[in-house]
Amino acid sequence: MIPPLGESPAVTLSKRFLLYLTLGLLSILFMLPFVWMIKTSLMTAQQATTAPPEWIPHPFRFDNYVVATKAIPFWLYTRNTLYVAIMNVIGMTLASAFIAWGFAHYRFPGRDKFFAITLATMMVPFPVLMVSQYAIFRDLGWIGTYKPLWVPAFFGHAYNIFLLRQFLLGVPRDLTDVARIDGCGELRIFLQIIIPLIRPALLVVALFSFMYHWNDFMAPLIYLTDEKQFTLALGLQSFQSRLGETAITHLMAATTLMVAPVIALFFLTQKTFIEGISLTGLKG
Amino acid sequence: MTGEEKRALKYGMAFISPWIVGFASFLLLPMVLSLYYSFCDYSVLNPPAFLGGQNYQELVHDEVFWVSLYNTFYFALFALPLGTLTALFLALLLNSNIRFLGFFRTVFFLPSLVPLVALAILWQDILHTEYGIVNELLGVIGLGPFDWLGDPALAKPGLVLTTMWIVGNPVVIYLAGLQDVPRALYEAARIDGATKMQETAYITLPMISPVIYFNLIMGCIGVLQIFALPYVMTGGGPARSTLFYSMYLFDQAFAYLNMGYACAMAWILFGMIAVLTYSAHLLTNRFVVYGGS
Repeated sequence: MIPPLGESPAVTLSKRFLLYLTLGLLSILFMLPFVWMIKTSLMTAQQATTAPPEWIPHPFRFDNYVVATKAIPFWLYTRNTLYVAIMNVIGMTLASAFIAWGFAHYRFPGRDKFFAITLATMMVPFPVLMVSQYAIFRDLGWIGTYKPLWVPAFFGHAYNIFLLRQFLLGVPRDLTDVARIDGCGELRIFLQIIIPLIRPALLVVALFSFMYHWNDFMAPLIYLTDEKQFTLALGLQSFQSRLGETAITHLMAATTLMVAPVIALFFLTQKTFIEGISLTGLKG
Repeated sequence: MTGEEKRALKYGMAFISPWIVGFASFLLLPMVLSLYYSFCDYSVLNPPAFLGGQNYQELVHDEVFWVSLYNTFYFALFALPLGTLTALFLALLLNSNIRFLGFFRTVFFLPSLVPLVALAILWQDILHTEYGIVNELLGVIGLGPFDWLGDPALAKPGLVLTTMWIVGNPVVIYLAGLQDVPRALYEAARIDGATKMQETAYITLPMISPVIYFNLIMGCIGVLQIFALPYVMTGGGPARSTLFYSMYLFDQAFAYLNMGYACAMAWILFGMIAVLTYSAHLLTNRFVVYGGS
């Protein structure tokens, strides 16, 4: 690197000190809410609601977590959420890859028009579809079941189709031509050659659909009627609205339990995660 | 048509057929129905009864509709620019050739992983008048205490503040954009004696302007549909000060079963988004620099 002109090393040093100081303070500021969440989840209700706020639980109330998992019921909701999320992961990755391959590999009349329409659908705000989708699912008898929450995933999503197509455009045609000469069918080419090739991109799609459905609130709110079917997001919200401030410590314990798996998942897949976000945000 | 072309058509259509089926049944059909319902009295329990433009006329005179519209634009007007500036600031800091980049990036990114419902519940407590941490910190510099979510004048700023914590996604995106800026440009500028500020203003920001533009558009579409956060945090209150467009639409549809009315609201929202993105598109040529131009 060329050293900055007209600045003495001392000035540069003090500037770097200022830079790290700013970063350090901001880091503390960004981490404080997490500390807040965890410390509140470990306090007595009385200690959690004293002013000025206290930071060290006294005593440590680990049983808040036990109470919270029973009040929500946490494990049932986790199972429900996992069911919806996993069905979406399977449907979304498979369908989007399948469709993206059709758009990327085969040159047929009308393809580019279809693709343009596919991209255009991303502009449609959800409220436009919300009411009539509800009416359609109602006619199908799907209200109060999980079907409205996962069946559409099996038809792909424009964004994921777009993302996977970008990857698939890079697959050399020689590869598929050779396979064809060897007598390999089109479906087998897709399943045995293409799918393994784009595994990193599929992981991005899978990860983000999982996250989306772990977090999603609006769709479960619209379609789920029975409390036993609730997902975590919905369960947490109904727990919060049922109870007043007195239960803040239990609420925070439940909140921590909902946040923790997401953070754990992030640390397990950090590279994919960061790459996925840069990728989806840069190539608009 | 040659055999090769026929084969491409057959298999191409076969592979995209799930999309066509899904598009027809979960997008096109709902859109057509929703447009039709917007001209009807429809409660989902009875068949729709055609009204003409009555829903749209009623909306014009619906005070709550205007309140929700005002709230939404107020929120967007602050949350979007402030969020973008915060994200850009953080990304520029992280792009200053620092050590422990991965660590700092993770720290700023982690909050955006928090599910919205969890975020809402957590920040209700953080913004609490008596024992919330925000008032505690402001107290250090002699401000407050403020009744963030209880005062109609402060509830929207309180929500804006909450969203400042979740700028991690754009930070990661901007940082990736910044790291793609060719080093040679900076080296040339240094030889010409440019200051750090000039570098940022004349090289860095123009070079990543397409990324900023894209994120602003997506952010705008997102912010106009904000729902879960205020729904859980304030339920629209106090005194309707955080009743946003999507919340009022949701209430009309699923609480009052005025589904036709809700559809009319949805199409007005769609119209606003279309106009916004189209005007932004017209502005692009003037302000956004794409590589090579």
